[in-house]
Amino acid sequence: MTTRTLQFKIYRYDPDADRKPYMQDIEVEVDSTDRKLLDAMVKLKARDDSLAFRRSCREGVCGSDALNINGRNGLACLTDLSSFPDGKPIVLRPLPGLPVVRDLIVDMTQFFKQYHSIKPYLVNNDPPPERERLQSPEDREELNGLYECILCACCSTSCPSFWWNPDKFVGPAGLLAAYRFIADTRDQATNERLDNLEDPYRLFRCHTIMNCVDVCPKGLNPTQAIGKIKDLMVKRAI
Amino acid sequence: MNPKVVVRKFDAVIVGAGGAGLRAAIQLSESGFKTAVLTKVFPTRSHTVAAQGGVAASLGNSEEDHWHWHMYDTVKGSDWLGDQDAIEFMCRKANECVIELEHYGMPFDRTDNGRIYQRPFGGHMSNFGEKPVRRSCAAADRTGHAMLHAMYQRNVKANTQFFVEWMALDLIRDAEGEVLGVTAMEMETGEIHAFHAKATIFATGGSGRIYYSSTNAFINTGDGLGMAARAGIPLEDMEFWQFHPTGVAGAGVLITEGVRGEGGILRNSQGERFMERYAPNAKDLASRDVVSRAMVTEINEGRGCGPNKDYVLLDITHLPPETIMKRLPGIHEIAVQFAGVDALKEPIPVVPTCHYQMGGIPTNFHGQVVVPGKRSQNEIVPGFYAAGECACASVHGANRLGTNSLLDLLVFGKSAGETAVEELKRSPKAHKELPADAFERALERLDRLETQKDGASVHETRLAMQRTMQKHAGVFRFNGLLKEGVERILEVQRDVQRTGIKDKSKVFNTARIEALELDNLIEVAVATMVSAEARKESRGAHVRDDAPDTPEHPNGRDDNNWLKHSLWYKEGNRLDYKSVTLRPLTVETIALKKRAY
Repeated sequence: MTTRTLQFKIYRYDPDADRKPYMQDIEVEVDSTDRKLLDAMVKLKARDDSLAFRRSCREGVCGSDALNINGRNGLACLTDLSSFPDGKPIVLRPLPGLPVVRDLIVDMTQFFKQYHSIKPYLVNNDPPPERERLQSPEDREELNGLYECILCACCSTSCPSFWWNPDKFVGPAGLLAAYRFIADTRDQATNERLDNLEDPYRLFRCHTIMNCVDVCPKGLNPTQAIGKIKDLMVKRAI
Repeated sequence: MNPKVVVRKFDAVIVGAGGAGLRAAIQLSESGFKTAVLTKVFPTRSHTVAAQGGVAASLGNSEEDHWHWHMYDTVKGSDWLGDQDAIEFMCRKANECVIELEHYGMPFDRTDNGRIYQRPFGGHMSNFGEKPVRRSCAAADRTGHAMLHAMYQRNVKANTQFFVEWMALDLIRDAEGEVLGVTAMEMETGEIHAFHAKATIFATGGSGRIYYSSTNAFINTGDGLGMAARAGIPLEDMEFWQFHPTGVAGAGVLITEGVRGEGGILRNSQGERFMERYAPNAKDLASRDVVSRAMVTEINEGRGCGPNKDYVLLDITHLPPETIMKRLPGIHEIAVQFAGVDALKEPIPVVPTCHYQMGGIPTNFHGQVVVPGKRSQNEIVPGFYAAGECACASVHGANRLGTNSLLDLLVFGKSAGETAVEELKRSPKAHKELPADAFERALERLDRLETQKDGASVHETRLAMQRTMQKHAGVFRFNGLLKEGVERILEVQRDVQRTGIKDKSKVFNTARIEALELDNLIEVAVATMVSAEARKESRGAHVRDDAPDTPEHPNGRDDNNWLKHSLWYKEGNRLDYKSVTLRPLTVETIALKKRAY
C-alpha cells in the first residue's frame, strides 16, 4: 500500500492550559484508504489525543467539520487529500470571525442567533387540512438550492460584512434561510419576513463580495437569494 | 450529595436531538411542560440528517395502497420477530405523522397534482406481497436532512430548551427502579450536572460504530444503550444488525436504496443482474438482508468486481440523466466525492455495510421502557421512555425495511412524547427525591479515567472492538467464529475498563468524550456477540452456517425454539428471553410462513 507523509500546521489553543494560541507543527502518515482531510485528522488525533475538532457524519451533510483550510473555509470530510501539493504544510485554523473555544472548535452562538432571528419555520395560519397542503412541482422547485443548507457556517465566517457586524448583519446562511421561507408557496409571512430584514444592517450589509458562494461546500448561492430578497423589497416599495 | 454536581429540575429530559428526540420534544414543548433536550451535537447535525431515500406511509398518492399491506410487509420483513401490536400501531399512524411533517414545512418532492411524491422501496409491496408499491415519501435523496431541519425549525417555533453539546453520562434510577433523570457533562466546560426529571426520554440513536465498516456517523456510539445497560435494563434482540447492501466500497458512505427504487440495478463482474436469481419477484428491491447476502455470495463465489474482486456494481447509467439529477442529486455528489465516479456514466462500487441496529432498549408501542418482572414480561419502568433507533418496540424484528426507520422515529417519538405528557399530567407536583448514590455511576467512570495510569489507548481499543465485530458477527455468521468472538470481545472489554487519556483539560475535551463513548460502545458490542452466539437459528439479518435452509426449517428459521426476543443483561453477562407479540391491535395475526421475495 502506498503511503504518504503529510505535514500540518495547526492552530492550537486550550484556555485551560495555554496562555496564548500557537501553531503546532505535526505530521502524519496516510495510506491510499485515507481519501479526505478528515481521515488524516482522525489519524492525527490518534497520535495526539488533545487535538480538538468537531466531526460527525463524515459525508458532508451534518456540517460539523467546517474549518479554515489553507486560508479557505471548507469541510474536512469533503476535502481531498490529493488536492494538497507535496512538500507544503497544510495549514488548519478555526473558522475566522467567531470566538475560539479550543483548537479548531469555535463558539457558534452568534451564527445560530442570526439564523434564529429570521424565524426559520413555516408560518401558515390557516387551519391545517386533513391531507398535505398542495404544492406544484414547479413551486417546489423554487426551494432547490435553498433548503439543502447544512448550517456549517463556512459562508458567514468567510464574509467580511459578517466579521465586522456579526451581531447586526444576519449573514449569508441566515438570509438564505429567510429566502427559503419567502420562496415557499405554503408560507404566509412574506411581509413580516421582509419587515424583519428592512434595516441598514440586517440585509443591506451584503455588498455582494460573494465569498459565501465561493466557499459553500453544498454549491449553494446565498448572494442570489439575498438579491431576490432585495428585489422583493424594491417591488414592495413601489 | 456530591458538591461537584449541579442539580437542575425539569418536568422532562430528552436525551438526543435526532428525529425521535425532536419529535418527542415538539409534543412536550407544545403541551407546556418544562423540558430539557440534551444533545452531543447541534440538533441538525444528528445522524437522522443522513437518511436519504424516504419515509414510509401508505398515502396512496401514485397508486392504491393500504396500511394493512404495509403492516404485512413489515411483519414479513421482520421475519416474524416484530411485535404485531407495535407494527399495526406504526403503520396506521404513518399517514398522520407524515402529513404533520408536511404541515411543519418539510419540502417533500411533489407529484404533478401537487401531492407528496412517493417512490418504490425494498420489501414494500401492494396487496400482501404481490408487487412493489410506491410508498416511500421523499424529498429528493435528502429526506432525512429535510425532515430533521423541519423538526428542528418546529422546535424553534415551540421554544424548546436545548442543551447543545452536552453529553449524558448515566441514568439516575432509585431503589424501586424508577428513573429520575440523567447525569450529564457540559462539553465546553467539563462541568457535571444532574437533570432531575419526572420523565426521561432516550432518543440516542444507533451504535453502528461498533463495526469497522459502517454507514454511521462518528457520534453513533450507543450512549443510551450503554446507560440503560449499566442501570440494569436489558437490551433486546441485539444480534440483529442490518447490513445495508449499498455502502460505497472502501468509504462506507451510504447510497440509498432509493437508487434501486428509481430503477438502479446491481451487477456482478459478468455484468449480470444477479438479484434475478435470488429474488425472482422483487429482484433488486428485495429486503435488505436478502440483497446483502446475495452480494456477499456473489463476491465469495468469485464474481466480485475490481482488482480484488471484493465489491459489486450499482448501475444507474441506463436512467435518464434528468431523473438522476432531479431525484438522486445527493447520490451523484456522493459517488463523485467518495467513489471517484460520475454515476451518470459509470456504475458505483458498493459493498454491504453495517447500517442499523434492529434491537435496543425494550419498549411497548407507547414508548414506555418495559422489562420482565414478577407480574409480566413487560413491566413498565416508571419515568423511562425510549424511541427511535435506540429503542426496540419491536417493529423491525430481525430485519428492518428501508424507510421504516424514519417512520419509527416519527411515530414512536410522538407516542413517547404523548405518553410522557399524559403521565406528567397525572404526576404529583413535587419531584421524587434523588437517591444518595444518584451520581455515583457517572462520577466513578470519570474518576477512573482521570486517575488511570498506563492506560490502554482509546483509539487502539476501539479499533480492536470494531475489527472483532466485523470479523466475528458480519453478514454471514459461523458457529466457530461466534464462539471465538465472544472470548475476543470480552478481552477487548477488559481493555476498555482501563483506557487512559493524556488530555486532562476541562475545556471541550474530546479525548474524554471518546473514552466515555467507548464505555457505551463496548456494552453494545458484548450484547451483540453474546446474543448472536446464543441464537442457534437463522432469521432475518442473523444467518449462521449451522442453521441452513432445510425442508424442516425453511431459511434455517426455527420457530419452535427461537420465535422469541433475546434480552441481554450486563450484570452477569446473561441472557433471558421473552415471547413475541403475535396478536395485532385490531386485525388478525399475520400467520407465520416462509419468507421469499
